[in-house]
Amino acid sequence: MQAAALLFLAQRASALVLAPLVLVHLGLAIYAIHGGLTAAEILGRTQGSAGWTLFYGLFVVAAAVHAPIGLRNVLREWLGLKGLGVNLVLVGFGAVLLLLGLRAVAAVTGI
Amino acid sequence: MLPANSQRHAGRYAAFAHRLSGVLLAVFLPFHFLALGLAIEGEARLDSFLAWSDQPLVKIAEWGLVTLLSVHLLAGLRVLTLEFLPWRGPRKAWIAVGAIVAALTGILFFVSASA
Repeated sequence: MQAAALLFLAQRASALVLAPLVLVHLGLAIYAIHGGLTAAEILGRTQGSAGWTLFYGLFVVAAAVHAPIGLRNVLREWLGLKGLGVNLVLVGFGAVLLLLGLRAVAAVTGI
Repeated sequence: MLPANSQRHAGRYAAFAHRLSGVLLAVFLPFHFLALGLAIEGEARLDSFLAWSDQPLVKIAEWGLVTLLSVHLLAGLRVLTLEFLPWRGPRKAWIAVGAIVAALTGILFFVSASA
């Protein structure tokens, strides 16, 4: 399979994973912001929770796949940027998202 | 029935909104993760950040991000529907409903944050 087809599939597959997660995240954001956010409230919900660890872990992995591929498309369409250099920068961006995201998940879940 | 080029214009706006919201969310995401990662340093550290974020400009930015996320979700669902489902219904209606739902999500967040 060609690289372009693989990227297309990865972009769509990650979008399918992200859609329900984003919906829950938006609902939770609207609910949680009511009355102001506190660390105790956030951590009380997430600390030690295998469910939230799985939820946000999957969220981070899917976002780390989805965002660089989307940016790659936009850079090509809007600025005409493409090639190995752009691809390497975007792979790096995906890796940064993955590491920072998983670190954040570990921080809020304590797992 | 709307003229074909009107449908095309709406589709172009939707595609642009999808891309722009995606870029802005991608730029925001590392900072979001860094902020949540403060919890590694303890509850107090995260609380001090949350206290800092409790100011009007940050609240407006948060509202913008929630709205952008809604826009990106709905525009993305439109793309997936067009590509993978046999749906050939009123595409422009999807765009209009999507824009309204995204705006309502933002308003709901703002109201909840202000209460």
